[in-house]
Parts: sequence; structure tokens; C-alpha cells
Amino acid sequence: MTTPVEQERTQPEAVGSEIAAEDRPWQTVVWNDPVNLMSYVTYVFQKLFGFSRDKATKLMLDVHHKGKAIVTSGTKDKVEADVAKLHAAGLWATMQRAS
Amino acid sequence: MKRWIRDGDVVVGRLDRQEAAVVRGLVSQIQDMLLARAEEAPQDELAELTGIRTGPSEAPDDPILGRLLPDFHRLDDDAPDPDEVNSSAALRSLHEPELLDHKTGAAEVVLKTCSPDGGEIRLSIGEAEAWLSSLNDVRLALGTALDVTEDMPDELPPEDPRSPHLGVYHWLTWVQDTLVEAMMP
Repeated sequence: MTTPVEQERTQPEAVGSEIAAEDRPWQTVVWNDPVNLMSYVTYVFQKLFGFSRDKATKLMLDVHHKGKAIVTSGTKDKVEADVAKLHAAGLWATMQRAS
Repeated sequence: MKRWIRDGDVVVGRLDRQEAAVVRGLVSQIQDMLLARAEEAPQDELAELTGIRTGPSEAPDDPILGRLLPDFHRLDDDAPDPDEVNSSAALRSLHEPELLDHKTGAAEVVLKTCSPDGGEIRLSIGEAEAWLSSLNDVRLALGTALDVTEDMPDELPPEDPRSPHLGVYHWLTWVQDTLVEAMMP
């Protein structure tokens, strides 16, 4: 077995999780607010991101109980577009760098 | 108002005349606020030439508009991160025109499909999505104006000035909730 030398040299510390961290430096955060309906938030997550009912419901409950949830992550452009879509739906969403 | 029902590709509801007047009145008010905000967008020749519109970089002072047009970053009230302040301004200026179009367009769909006389409302899926978005904007606006909290009671004491409006808010919540139910995939 060989290791691609080129990759080794350019990313000397690149192991699994760190590659992922490099690939996903931005996160879309949805915050709890007292107006948005639980049913509507679930619907929006399913419709905008194609999540299953179960996944959308779990994220909605995280928003409701924990005050926020990270709903998507990825490149800055992707997350920026996701936040814009959530704003169009009336959800309180922001973007942040993954810690 | 009876609950919305989905009939294939059509979503059907019914409002009486008074209910239609409430929906139309509130949706028009929100649309007017958003259109006024859109008027504030900086006009420049470059934008006209390139077709790339830019919105204001500052968040609205008005708390209702602020809720309808949120920042892209959560800024710390006391010590906001300067990078995030700059980024928020840039992203607002970039995205706000489109967001305003979306919201005023959704309001327009409601005003077109909701007869002032009330009666049956038959919506395509796209129109029903616009109703959801617009009803949600109205509830966000009312919720902000009434300072609604998560454990808001069904009724406030009669001496509370918000009391008569809260009934409208709760009714709109019900209208929106049954529309979500009809639309749920």
C-alpha cells in the first residue's frame, strides 16, 4: 500500500476529523423564538433541506428545548444560502464558524 | 374558518367576510412596511447598469422589521465581534432585496387569492406556500408588537391593552397551523 505523497506533504496533520473540520467550517444555527409554530418549523426543515420527518422533528425539538440547533453545515456559500432560505421562511437563523 | 384541507394539488379553505378583512388588513400592513423598507435601498447607477441590487447595510431600527429581516450573524449586544459586524452588514446588503421581494410577493399572493367578500379559497401548492410564509410574517409582526412569550395565556386580563389583539394572534396561529397540517409532506 502506498500513501499519496503529495497529500501528505500539503496536509501533514490531515486525519479524518480534521479534514472534516476543514471541509465544514460554517454552520447554520436556528434559534428558538416564541412565535414560530413547532409544526411550521418542522415543515420548513423538511421542505428546505429534504430532511425526513423524524430528523426535522428532532431538530425542531432541539431548537425548542435547547434554544438552538445546528441544522446544516458546509462551505460559507452553502450556509449563507441556507440562512437566506430560512429568513425567507421567517425563521430566526444565523451563521457561524464551527468551533 | 374551517381547517384547510388538501385535495390533490389544491388546498382549500374558507374565510367569512370579517375574517378575510382581518387577513387582508394585516397582510397589507406588513406589505406596506416591507415596501417602505425597500424604498430605502440605496440607488446607484452601477446597480442599474449591472442589475445587481444592493440593500441597506444597517438593520432596521423598527423591532418588527428587525424580526422580519434578521442579521446573518448573532451579534453580541455588548461586545459584537467586529468581523461579524462587517460581515452582517455586507450580507444584509447583498440578500435583503431578494428577501423583501419574497415577502412582498407572498403578501401579494394572499391579497390576490383572498376575496374581500370572504368565501372559499382554492390555492395551488405554490400559493399555499406563499400563504404560509405570509401568515407567518404577520404572526411574527404581531408577536413582536404584543411582546408574545412562549407561555402566553389564551387571554390577557381585560385591562391589558394587548388583550383584544391577542385573540387575533391566536386565531392566526390556528389558521397557520391547520395550513401546515394540510401541507405536511
